[in-house]
Amino acid sequence: MLIAELPLVAQHVADKVEHAEEQGGGWIIHHILDNYNFLGIYPLPRIHLFGMDLSITNHVMFMFMAAIIVFFIMKYVANSYGKSRVPHGFANLMEILIVFIRDEVVKPTLGGGYEKFLPFLLTLFFFILTLNLFGLVPYGSAATGDIAVTSGLATLSFLVIQGAGMKKAGVIGYFKGMIPHGIPSWVLPIMFIVEILGIFTKPFALAVRLFANMTAGHVVIFSLIGLIFILKTLWVSPVSVGFALFIYLLEILVAFIQAYIFTILSSLFIGMAVHQEH
Amino acid sequence: MEWASALAYLGAGIGAGLVVIGGGLGIGKLAGQAMDASGRQPEASGDIRTSMIIAAALIEGISLFGLVIAILLALK
Repeated sequence: MLIAELPLVAQHVADKVEHAEEQGGGWIIHHILDNYNFLGIYPLPRIHLFGMDLSITNHVMFMFMAAIIVFFIMKYVANSYGKSRVPHGFANLMEILIVFIRDEVVKPTLGGGYEKFLPFLLTLFFFILTLNLFGLVPYGSAATGDIAVTSGLATLSFLVIQGAGMKKAGVIGYFKGMIPHGIPSWVLPIMFIVEILGIFTKPFALAVRLFANMTAGHVVIFSLIGLIFILKTLWVSPVSVGFALFIYLLEILVAFIQAYIFTILSSLFIGMAVHQEH
Repeated sequence: MEWASALAYLGAGIGAGLVVIGGGLGIGKLAGQAMDASGRQPEASGDIRTSMIIAAALIEGISLFGLVIAILLALK
C-alpha cells in the first residue's frame, strides 16, 4: 500500500516545493515545525483553554507514544527480574544501559544520596532517547526538535535541582550556600549575581542545546535531499543521497549523545546543588 | 527598499560561517590533545574518549546557540 502511495507522496512534495519556491527554504521550515495533523494526515483535536493553545499536535502524539513505549519496556524489564537476579534476552540489553547510567553517569556526578534521583534521571534518559530516535523513522518527527518540548524537560530539571538543593539546606541556607568561601570580599557581590544568573542559564542551555542539535541535523538532511528538487536535476542525487545517508548515521549518534549529555548535565547540576560544599 | 531583509540574510550567512569556524577550531584542538593524551597513556584511552565526546557535545551546544540566532535572522 505504501509503495502505491509513493507517486502521490512525490507529487505532494513536488507541489509543495513548487509552491514554496519563491520563498526558497519554506518547505524545509514546514517539515521541521509542529503540525496540527498526526503524521501530517489525520486531524487531531484542537483544544483552546484559558487563551492558551493546548491542542493535541503531532509532537504531543509522539510524546504520548514514547511515554507508553518506555513505560511498557521498563515494566517488562522489571517483571523479568522476578525469577532470578540475572536477566536474559532483552532485559539484559536494558540492564547494560541502566547500569551504565547508574555507574558512569549518576554515581560519579551526584555523589552520595544518588538513589533518590536515579528514577528521574533514568526516565529522562530513556524518554529523550526514544523521542530523538522517533525523528529518524519514516513519517516520524522528533518532538525534541521543538523548543517547547525541550523547555518543558529543562523546566523539570530546574525544579528538581532547586527542590533538591532547598530540601537539603532549607530555602535560606541554599542561597547562603551559593556564596563561595575563600575569596576576597570585594568580589562577593559579583560572584553572588553570577551564581544567581547561573541558576537560570544552565537549564536554558540544556533546552537550547537539545533543541538545536536535533533541529540542525534534520535541516541538513532536508537541505541535502532538497538540492535534488531545487536544482531540478536527477544527476545530483547520488551525491545528495550519499551525503544525506552519512548525516543520517551521524544523527543516530547525536540522538544517543544528546540524551546522554542532558542526563549527565542534569545529574551534575543536582549534585552541585545538593553537595554545596564542593 | 528591502534593506532589512537583505541585511538579515547577510548577517545570518556571515554569522553561521563564524560560528562554524569557532566550533571547528575548538573541537579540533580538543581532539588533537585527546590524541596526544591517548598516545602518551594508551590504557587511559577509554576515559579520554568518553571525556572527549562529552566536551565535544558541550562545545557543539555553544556553537548551535549561534546557529539558532542565525536561523532566527534568516527567517525574518
